[in-house]
Amino acid sequence: MRRDATEALSTPPATGGGPVAPAGPAPPRRPRPRRLVGGLRRLAALWLFAVLVAVWWVWSADSTSTFFPPLKDIVDRLYELWITGDAKKNLASSLQNFAFGYLIAGLAGVAGGTLLWSIRSARDAVSPFLYFLYVLPAPVLIPAAMTIFGIGSAMKVVIIAFAAVWPTLLNTLDGMRGVDPLKIDTAHVLGMSGFRVVRSVVLPAALPQIVAGLRNSLQVAIILMVVSELVASTSGIGFFILNAQQSFAFVDMWTGIIVLALIGSVLNLLFVLIESQVLFWHYGARATEGKG
Amino acid sequence: MSQLSNQSEALESARRTDDGVPVLSVRSLRKAYHVNGVERVAVADVSFDVRLGEFVCVVGPSGAGKTTLLRCLAGLVPPTGGEAFFEGEALRRVPEQVGVVFQDYGRSLYPWLTVGRNLALPLKVRGVDKATRTDRIEEVLRAVGLAGEARHYPWQLSGGMQQRVAIARSLVYRPDLLLMDEPFASVDAQTRVELEDLILRVRDEFNVTVVFITHDIDEAVYLADRVVVLSSSPGVVREIVPVTLPRPRDQFTTKKDERFAELRRHILELVMTR
Repeated sequence: MRRDATEALSTPPATGGGPVAPAGPAPPRRPRPRRLVGGLRRLAALWLFAVLVAVWWVWSADSTSTFFPPLKDIVDRLYELWITGDAKKNLASSLQNFAFGYLIAGLAGVAGGTLLWSIRSARDAVSPFLYFLYVLPAPVLIPAAMTIFGIGSAMKVVIIAFAAVWPTLLNTLDGMRGVDPLKIDTAHVLGMSGFRVVRSVVLPAALPQIVAGLRNSLQVAIILMVVSELVASTSGIGFFILNAQQSFAFVDMWTGIIVLALIGSVLNLLFVLIESQVLFWHYGARATEGKG
Repeated sequence: MSQLSNQSEALESARRTDDGVPVLSVRSLRKAYHVNGVERVAVADVSFDVRLGEFVCVVGPSGAGKTTLLRCLAGLVPPTGGEAFFEGEALRRVPEQVGVVFQDYGRSLYPWLTVGRNLALPLKVRGVDKATRTDRIEEVLRAVGLAGEARHYPWQLSGGMQQRVAIARSLVYRPDLLLMDEPFASVDAQTRVELEDLILRVRDEFNVTVVFITHDIDEAVYLADRVVVLSSSPGVVREIVPVTLPRPRDQFTTKKDERFAELRRHILELVMTR
């Protein structure tokens, strides 16, 4: 389901499976006009979102409810707090924890998955153990992490990394297991051996699935970024939201939630943009598949 | 069988004296797989030699273990019995001076690399410097009729063109021996004819010895200096048929030659009779 979505976002031009004129000019790989059109179309797809925001705005305009303040108040307060005010500091510390945690998770996931794949006997034996860890909800480890790492940034980074590593690791392992044996035979025929086969053939061949794993890890890392701040914390956006709620500052609380949603969207958008560049070949090959 | 193989072995040893060590030497090669404890023999007993510059085709009905044989000759799998020697040395792994073209170009070309980078890969492994790499890639692409295609991705090309890329990639490091496993089986008839002439041309240009596996008898006779005929499962050599048709060969005149028809009929008989 997600795969289709990303494909729609990044499908390169079908150069046609048919023969390309031998001496002709290189077919434009990423023609800008089509991208622009695609971008506009995507923007147009936001109409429902825009309508819902407008409805919220109008509906809540005269609201006197403590829990559902007018959207206008929330937006004003958001500007005060997060743009001109110093709630930004919370953002910085959250994003820093997220960045470190996600980076560690991504690197450890790819490295660990590769390592497990390369140990032939471990390939199947480790799976049950990994899935056992994978289904364990990471938040339940917060108490343990707190006793070991205290309540500072280190604990949060550890929790984010621990939770986010599994999707990447499992997808790397799975992706590498699924690499066409003929691609590996070809590597041997071309004279490659050992590490070179992994780096030049297995890793790129498994990349589509590794990226899918990294994307799952991204969601998990964002969730754990917030959750790790809800317990025994003095900074971060999660702390800000919880603190606002506990001091009955509901407008502030809503600004935190909106900021969080915006961060999530931006991070996902960035991911999709990078993915469409990195996996350009994958979508291109799939689009022309079977047409020979 | 023994009589036939004696005959062909005598013929071969006579030839071998012309050239010294054969490029490829297969001795009583056997390959069996164990599937659920049951032994399945893919190649039972295959012996033949390939001399320098020769074009040898291996034909046989399906189930004769042709692909298994090629995988053994490429050093991708160890034989269960017997041995294969490349330039006098027993095959343990894929030798540096051997090129292999698989039938399924779509699976063997790397879609994440451009044509140029696919070709650069074996050169990088062999430590060829950048300037030489560029020259070699250009040269071999021109030879297979794909000049100027280096910047495309394989999947942007037609099937026939992709197989040309695969051929170019196996020739770019100038191997002594080229092994081809039914390379033209999945392209259309017209492309196939073009590729047959292409391979005859480039093997002269690159001075490479070729072992070509096919199930198509016409193709084998058209291309080969000698045709190794395998019998069906398990694979043994039924006969090694010398093809004396004159070179250069031509799709029209060669195939009209009386000897062509005769060889074709003879090999077909060998393949069909059990």
